[in-house]
Amino acid sequence: MSAPAGTNMRDQAALASGARLSNQQIVGIAAAVLVGLSLPLFVSDYRTFQFTLVVVYAIAVLGLNILTGFNGQFSLGHSAFYALGAYTAAIMMDQWGIAYYWTLPAAGMVCLVAGFLFGLPALRLEGLYLALATFALSIATPQILKYDHFEKWTGGVQGVVITKPDAPFGLEISQDNWLYYFAFVVMILLFFCAWNLLRGRTGRAIKAIRDNPIAASAMGVNTALYKSLTFGVSALYTGVAGALGAIAIQFVAPDSFTFFLSVAILVGMVIGGIGSIPGAIFGGIVIVFIPNLAENISKAAPWAVYGALLILFMYFMPLGIWGFIRMGYARLMRRLKAS
Amino acid sequence: MELFLQQTFSGLAFGGVYACMALAVVMIYQATDHLNFAQGEMAMFSTYIAFTLITLGVPYWWTFLLTMVISFVGGVLVERIIVRPVEGTSVLNEVIVFIGLLTIFNSLAGWIWEYTIKPFPSPFPEEPVFGNKFVSTHDLGVIGVTLVVLSGVFLFFRFTPVGLAMRAAAQDPASARLVGIRVGWMLALGWGLAAAIGAVAGMMVAPIVFLEPNMMGSILLYGFAGALLGGITNPAGAVFGGFTVGVLENLVGAYVPFIGSELKLSFALVLIIAVLVFRPSGLFGYVVVKRV
Amino acid sequence: MQNRRTFVVTAAALAIALAYGPAGAAGKYGPGASDTEIKIGNTNPYSGPASAYGTIGKSISAYWKMVNANGGINGRKINFISQDDSYSPPKTVEKIRKLVEQEQVLFIFQSLGTPTNSAIHKYMNAKKVPHLFVATGAGKWGQPKKYPWTMGWQPAYPGEAKIYASYLLNNKPDSKVAILYQNDDYGKDYLNGFLKGLGSKAKTMVVAKEPYETADPTVEPQIIKLKASGADVFFNITTPKFAAQAIRKVHDLGWKPLHFLNNVSTSVGGVLKPAGLDKSVGLITTGYLKDPTDPQWANDADFKAWTAWMNKYYPDGDKNSSFNAYGYAVASTMHEVLKRAGDNLTRANIMKVASNLKGLKVPLLLPGITIDTSPTDFYPIECAKLQKFDGKKWALVSDVICPKR
Repeated sequence: MSAPAGTNMRDQAALASGARLSNQQIVGIAAAVLVGLSLPLFVSDYRTFQFTLVVVYAIAVLGLNILTGFNGQFSLGHSAFYALGAYTAAIMMDQWGIAYYWTLPAAGMVCLVAGFLFGLPALRLEGLYLALATFALSIATPQILKYDHFEKWTGGVQGVVITKPDAPFGLEISQDNWLYYFAFVVMILLFFCAWNLLRGRTGRAIKAIRDNPIAASAMGVNTALYKSLTFGVSALYTGVAGALGAIAIQFVAPDSFTFFLSVAILVGMVIGGIGSIPGAIFGGIVIVFIPNLAENISKAAPWAVYGALLILFMYFMPLGIWGFIRMGYARLMRRLKAS
Repeated sequence: MELFLQQTFSGLAFGGVYACMALAVVMIYQATDHLNFAQGEMAMFSTYIAFTLITLGVPYWWTFLLTMVISFVGGVLVERIIVRPVEGTSVLNEVIVFIGLLTIFNSLAGWIWEYTIKPFPSPFPEEPVFGNKFVSTHDLGVIGVTLVVLSGVFLFFRFTPVGLAMRAAAQDPASARLVGIRVGWMLALGWGLAAAIGAVAGMMVAPIVFLEPNMMGSILLYGFAGALLGGITNPAGAVFGGFTVGVLENLVGAYVPFIGSELKLSFALVLIIAVLVFRPSGLFGYVVVKRV
Repeated sequence: MQNRRTFVVTAAALAIALAYGPAGAAGKYGPGASDTEIKIGNTNPYSGPASAYGTIGKSISAYWKMVNANGGINGRKINFISQDDSYSPPKTVEKIRKLVEQEQVLFIFQSLGTPTNSAIHKYMNAKKVPHLFVATGAGKWGQPKKYPWTMGWQPAYPGEAKIYASYLLNNKPDSKVAILYQNDDYGKDYLNGFLKGLGSKAKTMVVAKEPYETADPTVEPQIIKLKASGADVFFNITTPKFAAQAIRKVHDLGWKPLHFLNNVSTSVGGVLKPAGLDKSVGLITTGYLKDPTDPQWANDADFKAWTAWMNKYYPDGDKNSSFNAYGYAVASTMHEVLKRAGDNLTRANIMKVASNLKGLKVPLLLPGITIDTSPTDFYPIECAKLQKFDGKKWALVSDVICPKR
């Protein structure tokens, strides 16, 4: 987005790096928020439920993006943090009778600590090796959840059933619609926080570590601290998503959190648009709707179609959907300016 | 003692399969600098092709050879047609393509051959060697085949000009091109060879676990783990890593009480991560030094 | 004069016709039912770790194809909508909600899997949609007071395990038992049922328990461990692929225990043949269905009808798989329920008919086994017969046993 002539270099730099939003961006965001808030009014409860899942996965994708897209640490293990958040919410609601809104910060805190702790030994691992370590984490998660000695809390293989919350203050909104609004507001909050984090000094340090870790550390960035913290924050986001997801689905069981979930979040991140915050929303859309699209195309071998769609996305939109939109918009603007 | 021996030999037999998979992984890595997540599914698909050939009456060793050739060609084609468009973009884009390949092969196999288990013949005789109950002839055969393939790979990379060219192309494509190496075809060759090795792994493991579309999933994981444990830059190390993973998994499950069979998977992986934390490039890998 | 009379008569006739409503022959309908069709919803794992079971959904689809080709049920065609949930509970929730809320099916039939059905258990009862003949043998589907809209079909796993436990208590009370079980809801249901069946003797009789995950490539290490425990009885709680591996390894290790195999994996063609028919001699299981690969049924009328159906409507299906016999039998049960419901196709009536089946026989049930339900009994099939494998077929070695709940 080019700034109007006459603005100083500082403003231009701020706009270019995303530290400040241009007027067009603010309008775009406002429009998106309005659309998002009004969706439940036009669609059935079932669609609202699906859109709630889009929001949930968008938050999870943003979590992964913070780690992989903005910090360059490869993770195939985010299903573990999602599961941790989900079970935190389930145990709090089912065993301790705590209200659903408190489960979100609790899940976030638990995952922040867990992520940070995992990030510490992960410091020694690069690229492939980190991928394997996180891969191992997500494979091990269902087994740990089924472990007999934890059965008192986790419900073992049976899982835990959760009751969906009603709208507060006796408002005449269906449970599905209320949960959607709640999740949507949480998403806006979290996205704002992420944007804030990533545009300041911390964000620059995080991105510098991704781009050139040696130079970053030569410039005085405490790479070890930042990398572990980023792991923690990334886990926090994914954990909150897990808690919201558990409330939406109303059920948690070990087999809901397999390695395939990690893959799904990864796919959502890359196709949505890596290293971008709006891309996370497209990531959520991809995770919820592409498998259904594939099934509509072919009943016989839907996952083959899914795989083909993934490959096609990578051919034609290598920067993800958001990258594609941005490029398209930029091209459109250039053409309008030229004419 | 009997328990220990049986678990160890069973672990070695499986370790052989993991080692074979690890070799395929190393092959792809040496050739392309990337891990192919679809390796397991491609190996499974090759095994189904072998199954079809055997059902049509082709004798075992001809099927073995034919399947390796078909897999080689298939691997080359997959690289040239499907993977090439995303080569050089970003690692993650390539990973997504690999994931796509994974689901395509898995889904196609299930569609064509259904999901019921199919017995797959072993080329080795049924009677245990020396009449013992610890290790079947097939298990020994797997270990033997793995070592043969390992020697082949080692010799190929070390002593043939093509092998050298492949390694050069993977490590520094730009310089390799300057020297006249057709980098694109080196990559394709790497894929073809990895596919052939994977086919061997599949045909070795199917008699033990029965052929079905989901048979290679965890084997690929253990193959990765073995390759990284041993050092992904070193084929012999990867094979060692594969055997180690196989034996370790069984022994831990058998002898460590509170882990047992319930957590042995997690434990084995934790152990590998612990090793990697202390020796990040694996037991036998060489350390890559990054210069500014 | 005449015009007026015609007018009055016509008006009266019209009034009477209108009073009874259009299509007066039609009955009462819930969502998804009409004069011409009945919409049925279903979820099955057509992909993912449990994809081997997907053939059940396909066989049921093929059954409805045959029904439709023969005119439907009471003149209505069956619209069977089956969705893939990849055995993932969150996906099941999504697909079931789609079927109930968007597709507006009349009821859900044969949704497959224990964790997957657990995820929708509460929802189905809250929405008052029949959750019929679920494809899982967990004990919890037969609770008419708490969950009046959910019903299982096959003999419950705990009941089957009890049969083995009772057999041991009566015939080999001093034996030592080793157990291999899948580490999930299904496996644990069998395990706990077995332990309960042994009662106070469980602690002394069970000397080894080994779990395995579906992600494990093989169960050989577990078998080695179990043999080392010195047990002389082996309870094999495994799904087909692992059952075949276990049977073969037990034999190859030279271990000869009294070997109980769970009903889930008794297919001669799908499990015993790959394992080795000679290695499977002596296996004991319970059965309630005729195994189509079992040579003793070669001239049986049921079997011939089943084969003809497979050839015509499901030619790609594996004739060795007992899952396809299961699908045929359970679909026949549903067929009978719908037939009896007649024109009263409301959700409440479907449940009513389903919970009032007395002595119902459907094709492929073993002789002596019937389907019985009542408003307090939501376990349609509770009885089974003990069978022993003789190298060629499952020989029936007992009469009908009906374990008490």
